[in-house]
Amino acid sequence: MFLYLPIAELSVNVFVILGLGIGVGTLSGIFGVGGGFLMTPLLIFLGIPPAVAVGTEANQIVASSVSGVLAHWRRGNVDFKMGSVLLVGGVVGSTFGVWLFKLLRELGQIDLVIMLSYVVFLGIIGSLMLVESIRAMQRARSPARRRKLHQHNFLHGLPFKMRFRKSKLYISVLLPLLIGVFVGVLSAIMGVGGGFVMVPAMIYLLGMPTSVVVGTSLFQIIFVTANATFLQATFNQTVDVVLAILLLIGAVIGAQVGTRLGSKLRGEQLRGLLALMVLTVCGKIVFDLLVTPDDMFILATGGGH
Amino acid sequence: MIRHVAIALLALSTCITASARAEPVIVDLSENFVAITAGFTGTEVLLFGTTEGYGEVVVVIEGPKEEISVRRKEKVAGIWINGQQVDFKEAPAFYQVLSTSSLDEWLPLSVREKYQIGVEYLDLQPREEIGAAEAAEYRAALIRNKQRIGHYGQVENRLKTIGGRLFRSSVYFPANVPVGIYEVRTYLVEKGKIVSTRTMPLTINKIGIEADVFRVAHQHSALYGIAAIVIAVMAGLGGNALFRKG
Repeated sequence: MFLYLPIAELSVNVFVILGLGIGVGTLSGIFGVGGGFLMTPLLIFLGIPPAVAVGTEANQIVASSVSGVLAHWRRGNVDFKMGSVLLVGGVVGSTFGVWLFKLLRELGQIDLVIMLSYVVFLGIIGSLMLVESIRAMQRARSPARRRKLHQHNFLHGLPFKMRFRKSKLYISVLLPLLIGVFVGVLSAIMGVGGGFVMVPAMIYLLGMPTSVVVGTSLFQIIFVTANATFLQATFNQTVDVVLAILLLIGAVIGAQVGTRLGSKLRGEQLRGLLALMVLTVCGKIVFDLLVTPDDMFILATGGGH
Repeated sequence: MIRHVAIALLALSTCITASARAEPVIVDLSENFVAITAGFTGTEVLLFGTTEGYGEVVVVIEGPKEEISVRRKEKVAGIWINGQQVDFKEAPAFYQVLSTSSLDEWLPLSVREKYQIGVEYLDLQPREEIGAAEAAEYRAALIRNKQRIGHYGQVENRLKTIGGRLFRSSVYFPANVPVGIYEVRTYLVEKGKIVSTRTMPLTINKIGIEADVFRVAHQHSALYGIAAIVIAVMAGLGGNALFRKG
């Protein structure tokens, strides 16, 4: 069954899109990432224009994050105070990101920037997570050593300290604000919730307990992607609601399945699995950038160039 | 399709017998409005007509003019990126030529150039000041890429003739067809000269929900953005409630 997408201006197989939504939604529920880092490249591989894939994905992540956060909230795994600080930064960052997106689109380089951003961030995050999870698995076999709650470094010398009870932290608000801004920019340009950057940043930079990381990340993603959706729709007209609805039907189902699965699986193995997936997507994009194109020329229609 | 042909032939036969004043060429389309609806995956329109038994027929189907940019891919540090860009203003978004037999045999080059019959005779002028050889390369790239997505035709002699008078062909408009008002120009050619011309419009447009979504997205962008967020939040809450009960 085919459906014509009004903004992307092409017709797609409904079942392919639904299947994508369920598959990526399941991962989203397990790992607490929006799933955009997989969905956006997959949509582009399917022929959806990159700009539309990014704008629409932001919209879909709003839905999957709302659905996902409720399950974590019920288990008390959301630090609302930390989430609010992160989302203030995120709203600022995503606003700047959409402006940058528009500029790059006019220069005809947005596709390249989207792809390169994916390579850089997926490559770094994927490698770090893989190394970390292998180490964790090795540690689990050797006799257990008592770890400190978190390491103290120069970041703890910054001003404007605030107490985050749920995360058992007393740190400067500047750091989470900055992380929020950075992830917000990525969110707008790459069509992701930014969970794949946010989650490691919360664990390794902020030193938050792993239990609240996923819920808090999902909580702030709702607002950051909602802001990105609104601005992409307003300034770039790249949000395809028909495509978004198809994706979110799948994603909402998948997120529920994923959240249940996630609580039954072990942390370090999960992280290793996600790392491999991230690196696979990264590898495919690198391949596409390096391989000699079939045609040395491409077309672009309409004004704004 | 068969039904279309039957209707067309019936219409033609009545045309021929009833027509008091003989037209050298008569032509029509099975539809002059192509609606892009939710289930649109491309469509075929039947073009049919008749001659008085002499001459060859060539039909040009041309979509609305638009500006098309052609970018050359360049290798920078091992990565293929979009490099130099050449803009062609007034390039047809869609272009097909149908003819009763191979054009080279009976249509002089001067006529083809004057009436822009055939992709290689399209008047595509680059906006930028570039050399002739380079311009030709970009032109060829534009045509090649348009042909690949089915917007420009590749074969010309697809008009089937029946009994020396009737001719017909189907025209395929793919799912990604550009919207707008098309022009269908039919030329009757005899001894290398155009002796008769027929021009008719063909409209291709989005209708129904698809058209509304597109219109709201472009005319009321902020409202569209808010609606998109509301839909997403509702879907998230709805999905969660559904699964909690189950």
